[in-house]
Amino acid sequence: MSAIAGARDRRTTAPLPPLGSSWSTVRRVVEHRALQYRRTFRASIFGSFGIPVLFLTAMGFGLGGYVDRSQDAVLHGLTYLQFLAPGLLAATVMQTGSFEASFPILGGLQWNKVFHAMFATPIQPSDIVYGNVIWIALRLALVGAVFAFVIVLFGASRSALVVLAVPCAVLTGLAFATPMMAFTATQRTPDRFATLFRFGVTPLFLFSGTFFPIESLPSFLQPVAWLSPLWHGVDLCRQLMLGTVGDTPLLAVIHALLLITITVIGVAVAMRTVEARLVKG
Amino acid sequence: MSETNVAASGASVEPSQPRPTAEPAARRGPGADAAPLIHARKLTKRFGEFTAVDGVDFDVQPGEAFGFLGPNGAGKTSTMRMIGCTSPISDGELSVLDMNPRRDGPRIRARLGVVPQHDTLDNELTVRENLLIYGRYFGLPREECAKRADELLDFVQLSDRGKDLVEPLSGGMKRRLTIARSLINEPDLMLLDEPTTGLDPQARHLLWDRLYRLKQRGVTLVLTTHYMDEAEQLCDRLVVMDKAKIVAEGSPRQLIERYSTKEVAEFRFAPGIQETLDGQFDGLAERIERLPDRVLLYADDGEDVVASARSRGLHPETVLVRRSTLEDVFLRLTGRSLIE
Repeated sequence: MSAIAGARDRRTTAPLPPLGSSWSTVRRVVEHRALQYRRTFRASIFGSFGIPVLFLTAMGFGLGGYVDRSQDAVLHGLTYLQFLAPGLLAATVMQTGSFEASFPILGGLQWNKVFHAMFATPIQPSDIVYGNVIWIALRLALVGAVFAFVIVLFGASRSALVVLAVPCAVLTGLAFATPMMAFTATQRTPDRFATLFRFGVTPLFLFSGTFFPIESLPSFLQPVAWLSPLWHGVDLCRQLMLGTVGDTPLLAVIHALLLITITVIGVAVAMRTVEARLVKG
Repeated sequence: MSETNVAASGASVEPSQPRPTAEPAARRGPGADAAPLIHARKLTKRFGEFTAVDGVDFDVQPGEAFGFLGPNGAGKTSTMRMIGCTSPISDGELSVLDMNPRRDGPRIRARLGVVPQHDTLDNELTVRENLLIYGRYFGLPREECAKRADELLDFVQLSDRGKDLVEPLSGGMKRRLTIARSLINEPDLMLLDEPTTGLDPQARHLLWDRLYRLKQRGVTLVLTTHYMDEAEQLCDRLVVMDKAKIVAEGSPRQLIERYSTKEVAEFRFAPGIQETLDGQFDGLAERIERLPDRVLLYADDGEDVVASARSRGLHPETVLVRRSTLEDVFLRLTGRSLIE
């Protein structure tokens, strides 16, 4: 029973932990999430395929059939499916990101308190934030990649740049996930999540150029789309998948920079709120 | 286990090495003057206006089982969190394993084994996975985690539950798993915050047995409890805490000798009778405590007290003569019971 005999016959000495966050500590948090994920992996992959197939079939083919007959000039000669696909990609990844930063994070802080358990080891609150952001990014990359793959199977992508649309969708998801994580760390119950999803996430999902071009909105509402981080993600993915990014490269850069800025601010605020939650007084 | 042992084994490699006289005690090897693993002076924790821990002094020596005994809200958990480097100190000094919690938190925590008051097990993982991932948090290689996990499951008698999820386990099993988890890094110091609160007597005894074995192996234990029997069973030395302060310190035996008598006679009367007996107990014992439901008479010979009381015409419904416990010490020091 040498495992409990203390230093006298200690076999492998654990490495001296760093005092700040480093990849060596952050990756242990990622590893924990991966270990948890193994249990739900199959169902999750199935869902990742199911959502795009269902949406693209129902809306792209079903609804698209009507839209395409109207010969609307707004779509600039695209089929509705081609217009819709990048919007759905960005919006789905955004929803996944928002979700992943709500319930699972609240669980670690409040329900089974695994983040508190981590904080009793060399893991720091900042490691927990970075580790979870990295984990969410990986999750979103998987969801986005599967979605993009289905889009290609549906023949709804017009450019090989669809490959770049995946990281851009991930960035969109992170621009939602990181502020959400910052907010989650201030909550003790999930009560406000429903409100946030109902009045925040869902309206953005509907009015950010996902299902129809923002040009279809009344002219006074169109500038409002600029305030929606999702619209920037949707437009960026759309430019890449339609191969039109070369027409307005500056706009694409602005989209990306905006999403990066929101993500960085989200992480910075989450650092504070998660630390405030774990450190007692 | 301690700096001391590490230093001592280092010394045996180079026995001729001359040692400067001003060297800290820790380098001189084990003994009475070994450096304490925890050193606290005027340690204070405030939350806004509220003072949870009010200027307490204590030292924990390598290899001892040290307890904080006190009722809920006495400041025990706040003290433990400061030692565990998850709550910054508000005032005073604190050093843990010769390091400063303010600066060296992760390095100190790397050598602690923490059993928190409420379970923080991962319900989404199996029993064994809980140990494996916890070892990984300390940066241990996977094979090492696996080896230790199996040994520790054996130690806490959960080997047959390794593949089960945590959720269906009983409260006692979860506590044992938490203890196993806290041992995965072979800690120099174990912090146990109310390790048996909420468990049934059988589960408590099983847990005490495991903790006692750890103590025998020389693991330094620091625990909080509001059970005096737990403190008596496990602690070599303890401090009694009440209202954010330490009110007494010593071994269980010393505390009982200092603050109580050898025996106690407990008298219970039929309802309504006790209130009519004002002054009737005077002079029967060294000290008399009148609780709402019984009268405690403190004396070195309890039977003697019973006989004198009978000869005075006092007829309690039940009489119990017992040895003094830490409960009596606490009552003497604070005028209140530990568990109210």
